[in-house]
Amino acid sequence: MATEQMAGAEMIIKALGDQGVDVVFGYPGGAVLPIYDALFKQNHLRHILVRHEQGAVHAAEGYARSTGKVGVVLVTSGPGATNAVTGLTDALMDSVPLVCLTGQVPTHLIGNDAFQEADTTGITRPCTKHNYLVKDVNDLARILHEAFHVARTGRPGPVVVDLPKDVLFALGTYRGPETVQHKTYRPQVTPDAARIDEAVALIAAAKRPVFYGGGGIINSGPRACALFAELVRITGYPCTLTLMGLGALPASERQFLGMVGMHGTYEANLAMHGCDLMIAVGSRFDDRVTGRLNAFSPHSKKIHIDIDPSSINKNVRVDVPLVSDAGNALEAILAGLKARRFKPNQEALAAWWKEIEGWRARDCLAYVGTDKVIKPQYAIERLYQLTRGRDIYVTTEVGQHQMWAAQFFKFEQPCHWMTSGGLGTMGYGLPAAVGVQIAHPDALVVDIAGEASILMNIQEMSTACQYRLPVKIFILNNQYMGMVRQWQELMHGGRYSESYSAALPDFVKLAEAFGAVGLRATRPEDVDRVIKEMLAVDKAVIVDVAVDEHENCFPMIPSGAAHNEMLLGPEDKKAAGPVSEEGMVLV
Amino acid sequence: MSAIEKHTIAVLVDNEPGILARVVGLFSGRGYNIESLTVTETDRANSLSRITVVTSGTPMIVEQIKAQLSRLVPVHAVRDLSAEGPHVERELALIKVAGTGEKRIESLRLADIFRARVIDSTIESFVFEMTGSTEKLNAFINLMVPLGLVDVSRTGVVAISRGAARF
Ligand SMILES: Cc1ncc(C[n+]2csc(CCOP(=O)(O)OP(=O)(O)O)c2C)c(N)n1
Ligand SMILES: [Mg+2]
Repeated sequence: MATEQMAGAEMIIKALGDQGVDVVFGYPGGAVLPIYDALFKQNHLRHILVRHEQGAVHAAEGYARSTGKVGVVLVTSGPGATNAVTGLTDALMDSVPLVCLTGQVPTHLIGNDAFQEADTTGITRPCTKHNYLVKDVNDLARILHEAFHVARTGRPGPVVVDLPKDVLFALGTYRGPETVQHKTYRPQVTPDAARIDEAVALIAAAKRPVFYGGGGIINSGPRACALFAELVRITGYPCTLTLMGLGALPASERQFLGMVGMHGTYEANLAMHGCDLMIAVGSRFDDRVTGRLNAFSPHSKKIHIDIDPSSINKNVRVDVPLVSDAGNALEAILAGLKARRFKPNQEALAAWWKEIEGWRARDCLAYVGTDKVIKPQYAIERLYQLTRGRDIYVTTEVGQHQMWAAQFFKFEQPCHWMTSGGLGTMGYGLPAAVGVQIAHPDALVVDIAGEASILMNIQEMSTACQYRLPVKIFILNNQYMGMVRQWQELMHGGRYSESYSAALPDFVKLAEAFGAVGLRATRPEDVDRVIKEMLAVDKAVIVDVAVDEHENCFPMIPSGAAHNEMLLGPEDKKAAGPVSEEGMVLV
Repeated sequence: MSAIEKHTIAVLVDNEPGILARVVGLFSGRGYNIESLTVTETDRANSLSRITVVTSGTPMIVEQIKAQLSRLVPVHAVRDLSAEGPHVERELALIKVAGTGEKRIESLRLADIFRARVIDSTIESFVFEMTGSTEKLNAFINLMVPLGLVDVSRTGVVAISRGAARF
């Protein structure tokens, strides 16, 4: 193997190339100037200049989640690194593979409160899967290759590599990725055979089963999604998905019950509550899914497939833990079922489905339409209908609009839905859309946004315009931080403290100021027209849709309540009475 | 609620900068308990350190602690010595007692019974060195209080499994 001498900054470009990276999202500054200089001198690596480092990280997340590749970020020391922290935390919570290169003051100044110094490895330790401070240029290539390996394998996550400026100038020896083997890090990716047998036996014997799939299936890749769909089909069992898992099973599948959790469907939550076997695949029993823990699915056995052992038995005790890559575990289960010539218990299953169809018939997502104001649900339904058949990627901000998007948009494929699930980061959707559009230049990329969230990273409009990215920002403008308002209505006596979106900009003019196109809909009959206009323009577009200010997002499991205590609409709210004391303290 | 259990956990880690901060940050960030923690390099050739941490929690929390520790990238292995069979635990303490006359003589007599060694003395003080279980050290230190205890320095628990098995 040939080793080459080169400067640290060149080594970085070389390592990124060897890792198959073709695009970096970044923002320059003093500490990373040598890397920007090396970028200038080459032409295989593309750099996308964002307008805020948080935007760089979310863009890299959008890129990563829509391609399955590692997203790469490059930021300067001090404020560059601290601005990246929200994005890193977001990526950690949602298991998104990223490598974030941060500049650092030269090694001899570390600890001196030098200009633009921050303790980046200290600050990012709890919000990364792992991080490194490179003190010797001869460790640089190994660390970079390790960083990619750690980011993309096991449960994926963000990795920070902190780069003192002197290391970028120093000459050292480059090594290729094939020379690097991590000393300790060996995620378990194949399941224990005895556990698989137990799982197969439970699946074969189930009478009221439900599949509960999450983002881990999507992270595992297209093979895992296909195997998951196959398992769901050959069993005939009902299936629900988490917010992060949408698309792991085509939404049009009869067996799909819709999303689970706080704003999930009635049938999905009641199936989770009433099942005798729960098969969790790449999902993590998050509090948004389980509701009140001591009332969560009280009569079921639980199988849990997860690549992260610390996700198992964290919130909910399970009967069959399976530490494994989702694809490998699903393959083994399918083989096990075939080997025992599995036939589902048709009689029991028919009775179970009958019960589920009863819940389905409640049509829990129904809303009261009107021709006076635009209902937010209607706007999303129309967006979905008018974009069917297109290669569409949807990102969101955070709030009611996000939940409505999850409820009303139907995803047939994985990796086409990007939302901030674990952290719930307002300001995620626009930069994520930028990243998705960079990865898929010809696709339709829509950010379903709220008027409050969009202002958190609105500067990325400038990035979209610079690179002529035709991202579509579809704002459901209810003039409120709607989700906050909804909770205040439900739990704080309707005292709408600071949740009104006052002094909003004119979004049409704002779009124009950035060089994009602005459109507005104020009446139901405008909706189709603006969507069609939006689709017809080959430029970035902001659509300001003035929706009903008072609409609330249902169904809802109030915090501290159980799956079978869902509110289906405003009438239930009055009947259910006040939220419990324990529920009030929950987020 | 299940009962709180005390566990002694040994963790083999790469001896690299920041590893202790990672482990300690994990405990503080997730609200786990640290009763004692010791660390030092134990394998120079492979640059490995061994951390012994005594923690407490419900069985589910202890299981989480082990899973979270194993998840840290520079961690080689995690052993729950309390759960995995017989092991021995020892702690070392340096105990300074100042006084004269009868109290001074009594402290020396007790030190002898407890097999503590005198490793420094002046006319009015002793420093005792003592190794043993945490309980034994506690008992001795409590006895020294009325006899002029002025200072204590303790290592925290180190532990190892019994028998021939490797880590
Ligand atoms: C960075 C950040 N700050 C605060 C919050 C808390 N929060 C959650 S939803 C929400 C309101 C979002 O309002 P908007 O974007 O208008 O969406 P809507 O709920 O009205 O659809 C707020 C403030 C958050 N999730 N993220
Ligand atoms: Mg709003």
